[in-house]
Amino acid sequence: MIRTNVLCCAGTGCTASESALIFDNFNECLKKYGLENEVKVVKTGCFGLCQKGPIVAVYPDKIFYSHVKPSDVERIVSEHLYKGRVVTELEMSDEDLQTHEKIVDIDKIKFYEKQQRIALRNCGKINPEDISEYIAMNGYEALGKVLSSMTPQEVIDEMKASGLRGRGGAGFPTGTKWQFEKDQPGDEKYVICNADEGDPGAFMDRSILEGDPHAIIEGMEIMGYAVGAKKGYIYIRAEYPIAVHRLQIAIEQAKELGLLGDNIFGTDFCFDLELRLGAGAFVCGEETALIASIEGKRGMPTPKPPFPAVSGVWGKPTSINNVETLANVAQIMLNGADWYAAMGTEKSKGTKVFALGGKIRNTGLVEIPMGTTLREIIYEIGGGCPNNKAFKAVQTGGPSGGCLTEKELDTPIDYDNLIKAGSMMGSGGMIVLDEDNCMVDVARFYMEFIVDESCGKCTPCRVGTKRLLEMLTKITKGEGTLELLDEMEHLCREIQDTALCGLGQTAPNPILSTLSHFRDEYIAHIVDKKCPAGVCKSLLTYSIDPNLCKKCSMCSRQCPVGAITGVPGKEPYVIDTEKCIKCGSCMSACRFGAVVRK
Amino acid sequence: MKSLEDLKRMREAALKKVEMREGGKDYRVVVGMATCGIAAGARPVLNRLVEDTAEHDYNCVVTQTGCIGMCVYEPIVEVYDKDGGHTTYVHVDPEKASKILAEHIGKGIIVDEYTVDAAKKEQGL
Repeated sequence: MIRTNVLCCAGTGCTASESALIFDNFNECLKKYGLENEVKVVKTGCFGLCQKGPIVAVYPDKIFYSHVKPSDVERIVSEHLYKGRVVTELEMSDEDLQTHEKIVDIDKIKFYEKQQRIALRNCGKINPEDISEYIAMNGYEALGKVLSSMTPQEVIDEMKASGLRGRGGAGFPTGTKWQFEKDQPGDEKYVICNADEGDPGAFMDRSILEGDPHAIIEGMEIMGYAVGAKKGYIYIRAEYPIAVHRLQIAIEQAKELGLLGDNIFGTDFCFDLELRLGAGAFVCGEETALIASIEGKRGMPTPKPPFPAVSGVWGKPTSINNVETLANVAQIMLNGADWYAAMGTEKSKGTKVFALGGKIRNTGLVEIPMGTTLREIIYEIGGGCPNNKAFKAVQTGGPSGGCLTEKELDTPIDYDNLIKAGSMMGSGGMIVLDEDNCMVDVARFYMEFIVDESCGKCTPCRVGTKRLLEMLTKITKGEGTLELLDEMEHLCREIQDTALCGLGQTAPNPILSTLSHFRDEYIAHIVDKKCPAGVCKSLLTYSIDPNLCKKCSMCSRQCPVGAITGVPGKEPYVIDTEKCIKCGSCMSACRFGAVVRK
Repeated sequence: MKSLEDLKRMREAALKKVEMREGGKDYRVVVGMATCGIAAGARPVLNRLVEDTAEHDYNCVVTQTGCIGMCVYEPIVEVYDKDGGHTTYVHVDPEKASKILAEHIGKGIIVDEYTVDAAKKEQGL
């Protein structure tokens, strides 16, 4: 008889830190202690707090262990599972800011306390490779309810009333999108799940697919019923092997139980689902390019109209929804539109998942009601910037988005407020930047990404972004002029107005946004030939303060190009700036802070 | 699967697999499982508690803890109710464990004769 469940995170993040080995060790160790019939080890999806991974949770005790190593497993088994003594050193904990007391209750830990999990509700709680665990969590009940008691129009009306907007970036109302397709004539229609998550730093779609794949299948079936489609595609990048594998298992299990296929729940509704693997091109997240890729053509966008709702895959009406959007669908059908619409702000309902990354203590996935402020996310949930560095900005919306600064920290987050503040929701990547990040360099990073990913179909994007990157590179090398800055701004506007698809039109956003908030940094690069954050190598020089140098020779031994000379114990060391490649090795090698970067 | 009823049946069966992860039970039954407890026979007690709870759907979770500090009274089973109040049962064996569940969890009646107070009284303490 099973008395305890041990849940091991098997998301991509924890898998990279050997969680598969942890899982195997548990099974082996439980046998050794004769507990294999009492304790069950379950692989789950992401728990969200990736910073503390690999995470292992023990139920019903509700104890969470963090940073677990394969070698810790025996201790957990022999102490906790055999003798009932919690291994407190490994326990995930937080410190109460006022009383400095240790908090171990998972619901009170800051990272989780403010969250409200709908799209992520089953992630880290069920075994994604076992359909019965999904069913135990009310899985497929929404589909049963929809098929047996609602007309397609009622489903769409419910979606409209819920106020759910597309979570992929643009925020188009989901119910309205479905209505467009339903109103199209013809009986051959399609639905697509866009799982081509491409924004640097965003990984919520991957985590949902890895942790709760059936929620997406159920959401797609409901969408298919509503719009009148019998066939769906999940377009996912082959770079997500764990998600692909679990989706395949999920589809197979759903088919076996008759939850996918013909006459689902004994009704006339038939629905088939197919996976299509993409090669990971950013542009294939754009819906017309995605459709081309599904059809086996080169992934390039086409002008709209016609919109996919009119002429999509194989020229037939098609609705495309993002993974996170679909993860909300079954919950809305089950709990009602009013329940969903009660959360969030006036025009952005429900919750949104954000991927916190960059210079922040608690990296990971957080799901919060719309209207939560940036300050709450970054400081309360995320724990602020590590190493007592000052917060500078947060980048949202990926390469199509922009930066938000200190001023916007108290803005309630929703689609419209982010656009007003000069950024966008995007798919929910949130990259926190601190005083050590150079904003010109950040803009250059995104532009490099866009140049790489531009499909090349239209000139403004293909040539324009390349020119923008060249201009930015000049500035980071100290070769820029103020005229160049104006020229760059002009070119940005030009590209916004003339590029073919959304990706091209929004490509200049990172530049425009950093220019509007951090023009002084650009000026410092151009006029003073300095990089205030100390990032742009060409503008830096390394030197050694002879008063602080202890003549230990550590720096010269680390220097890969032999640019540092001196006599151990006798003469202070000196850097030859001509030879120096500015790699920073000497700076990290020096224990006395004698190496100075300016 | 051909109807919502089929799905419900399947869910009932599957619920056992995951319900211990959900919490929200009225009682928490804790068994002392340190060396002293195991030596005195806490393991069969734990097993019986788990089996009976599953069989009768008692409104409790069964977990274990380390040494409770009264090794002479092991095996010890503590029952915590929702308000934080708790009862300590001592010298528990599988039969007593079944009775504790049936009376305390099932009917809300404390089994006085097995409590630590009763044991102390018997010893004239």
